[in-house]
Amino acid sequence: MAQTGAIGDKIFRTILLLAAASILLIVVAIFYMMVQNSLPTLERFGIGFLTGSEWRPAQEEFGALPFIYGTLVSSLIALVLAVPISLGIAIFLVEQAPIKIARPIAFMVELLAAIPSVVYGLWGIFVLAPFIRNHLGVFLQDYLGWLPFFQGRLTGIGMLTAGIILALMITPIITAVVRDVLEAVPTTQREAALALGATKWETTTIVLGNAASGIAGAVVLGLGRAIGETMAVTMVIGNSPQISASLFEPANTIASLLAANFAEATDRIYLSALIEIGLVLFLVTFVVNALAKLLIMSVGGNSSSSKHV
Amino acid sequence: MANTEQSVHRKRRIVNSLMTILTAACAVFATSILLFIISYIAIQGFSSLSFQFLTDTPKPVGEGGGIGNAIVGSAMMTALAVVLGLPVGIAAGVYLAEYGKNWFGNIVRFVADTLIGIPSIIIGIFIYTLVVMPMGRQSGLAGGLALAIIMLPIVARTTEEMIRLVPNSMREGALALGAPQWRVSWNIVLPAAASGIATGAMLAIARITGETAPLLFTALNSRFYNFFYDQPMSSLTVQIYNYATGPFEVEHAMAWAATLILVGLILVINIFVRFLTRKKF
Amino acid sequence: MESKISISNLDFFYGKAQALFDITLEIPERQIVAFIGPSGCGKSTFLRTLNRMNDTIPIASVTGTVMIDGEDIYKAGTDVVALRRKVGMVFQKSNPFPKSIFDNVAYGIRINGIHTSKADLAARVQKALADAALWDEVKDRLTTSAFGLSGGQQQRLCIARALAVQPEVILMDEPASALDPIATQKIEELVVELKREYTIVIVTHNMQQAARVSDKTAFFMLGKLIEYNPTQKMFTNPDEKLTEDYITGRFG
Ligand SMILES: Nc1ncnc2c1ncn2[C@@H]1O[C@H](COP(=O)(O)OP(=O)(O)OP(=O)(O)O)[C@@H](O)[C@H]1O
Ligand SMILES: [Mg+2]
Repeated sequence: MAQTGAIGDKIFRTILLLAAASILLIVVAIFYMMVQNSLPTLERFGIGFLTGSEWRPAQEEFGALPFIYGTLVSSLIALVLAVPISLGIAIFLVEQAPIKIARPIAFMVELLAAIPSVVYGLWGIFVLAPFIRNHLGVFLQDYLGWLPFFQGRLTGIGMLTAGIILALMITPIITAVVRDVLEAVPTTQREAALALGATKWETTTIVLGNAASGIAGAVVLGLGRAIGETMAVTMVIGNSPQISASLFEPANTIASLLAANFAEATDRIYLSALIEIGLVLFLVTFVVNALAKLLIMSVGGNSSSSKHV
Repeated sequence: MANTEQSVHRKRRIVNSLMTILTAACAVFATSILLFIISYIAIQGFSSLSFQFLTDTPKPVGEGGGIGNAIVGSAMMTALAVVLGLPVGIAAGVYLAEYGKNWFGNIVRFVADTLIGIPSIIIGIFIYTLVVMPMGRQSGLAGGLALAIIMLPIVARTTEEMIRLVPNSMREGALALGAPQWRVSWNIVLPAAASGIATGAMLAIARITGETAPLLFTALNSRFYNFFYDQPMSSLTVQIYNYATGPFEVEHAMAWAATLILVGLILVINIFVRFLTRKKF
Repeated sequence: MESKISISNLDFFYGKAQALFDITLEIPERQIVAFIGPSGCGKSTFLRTLNRMNDTIPIASVTGTVMIDGEDIYKAGTDVVALRRKVGMVFQKSNPFPKSIFDNVAYGIRINGIHTSKADLAARVQKALADAALWDEVKDRLTTSAFGLSGGQQQRLCIARALAVQPEVILMDEPASALDPIATQKIEELVVELKREYTIVIVTHNMQQAARVSDKTAFFMLGKLIEYNPTQKMFTNPDEKLTEDYITGRFG
């Protein structure tokens, strides 16, 4: 009896262990397969691949810089817009709103994260892009047109539109993590501030100070999502491998390059170039996500990113 | 109170009210965006929805057409992902919760969380190199595998969290009766966590149903009903993408109608899960 | 002797559960009043009604009056922020902010705009730390994190932080319960010292502590005020049998 129990335990445990190990195996395999399949361009172009600014597959010229630039700038726009709003929502939900109001609002913000990327893209093409072309872009050009960011042709499709869509998409993710870390701040910190005659807002700043590294983690997590977000960006960014100061101009990101071109990449070297740039995306998002996780863990926020998918 | 203090006090009160209004405005903004997007989808979608649209295959522009094969394809690939990803994910989650308090468990947990954040298009490339290239063509199998990989870490982590919620006293009670550890995990702990795991799984299914990027070059697309996993397969999301980026207005209308179906399904799952978990906690 | 705080017919509820029953009590100025009683009898709840800290609990509700300097602090339009500045509070577990020692003490001065210059701010911080008997121990490390201090030092830092905004009343909820005997003794000496300038209300589970530091003692049980008398009398010749049983350790 004890014997069968012990054997059963061993078998059971081994099965579970294999399942858990499969997660590690997958990540290692992703890395291995991507390196293997990008060897042709890795060997041929070396570091020049990352610094070259011309992307002409037909001439076998592969410079990834425009895509790296586009990825960074669109993500940055997204963060600039999404971080304050997410902080505002999270503060409202945790520090200000009575629970009866906070609950449904929190759920609705979570629902924003449940809407698929391709749907944001659709909405972006037919609602946001015309809005930017006819209203927001015109407004920006009227008042801030002297800035290089807001010059050039206004089509509604381009970097700014991608950034705004990304902002909408990462707002619920950042909000959820910030909510968790704010909730993890001990009540005693709030009481300490209140007891000194702090206002609600002053108390909130103390809470934010306590949650600083967790908030940083939330921002980094949002950055990771923005960098890797694919479909919505592909649909509104214009897919043009150029580096332009103007946010109205079409651009391209790594992810949207892959989405738009991978299926038709037939020759070996083109495919290798695409997989190599995918490898860059993989490594960057892996590091960014790992960093976010470390930051969030450091405040003991009970958030695992599985809650924020 | 000194005079300067009084003015400081006034300023503080103004700042306080201002920030309250500002944070509330952020919340109102986000919820309005959600309501706006959803109602826009509803209005646009309903106007071109019909029974025929739900059963037809795509046709040349002007001849109508529908998303019947896309619905079947999405269902088949999601089903494959569930069959492959769910058991492995649950098993990994049980491992993390029951045996995972060591360095190995910590690494798996960490890597799982990081894998969740990796762009799904990367998974698409991975499956392309692993399955599509050797097979020489895109297939529903490749698409389903990609979705399974996306699902796996999510299921693993939610399973772990749900099992953690099972009170220790339940385990100890059974262990004290002489039950081996694995029987306790299998017969006591898992059933106790089952409804939590199920809701987590439903959310994961909602998530993969909305995935497009990993299917673009693994499952590709198909204009026909296809019931075989070794052939290219259509999906709702890829179909929406194609319709949305097509040049014709009739295609756009079909994109909205298909979106209504997709978003409707995802919202129903989310609201249902919400309703379930609300009653319990 | 002048009453600083007078509470009359105070009832307190957490939702439907009544936690305090018809409390009437006068707290004299510049004296130390101790609250004692078995766990869960409502001492903290009562203490927190005096600076309206219970406002942060959504389900809490109060009836009756609490007058401080003749002003009802629960009347509509009361400025809670100003009230809490006047009625400081020290908590059971020390709760310094994640800031430097200096910035912790300076916090209340800064937000209230009490200081007139940088030098004035520094002087006020020094005075508060000195009043909390901490200055000598920290004067060389003011810019280091408050978390680097020992438990007892952190608690005195919290007292300094409370003193810095020049309150008139200080509420202390078991300020020494998490500390070792030596640190406890320091806090007790400090409390007695502070009586010269402040009205102090202190909750304690430690009978000797109540006897050592307080002028008057209030004994609570199950949300009711059982007895309120000069400490001397309370510990030698209490009016109530219940009080005697509790003090002599016959229950609780
Ligand atoms: N936030 C709250 N919500 C609901 N009930 C509460 C809350 N805080 C305290 N209570 C209840 O009110 C009663 C009085 O609690 P209180 O904390 O005031 O007691 P206490 O005398 O300070 O106890 P202790 O000596 O253990 O600190 C208790 O029954 C407690 O359970
Ligand atoms: Mg207490």
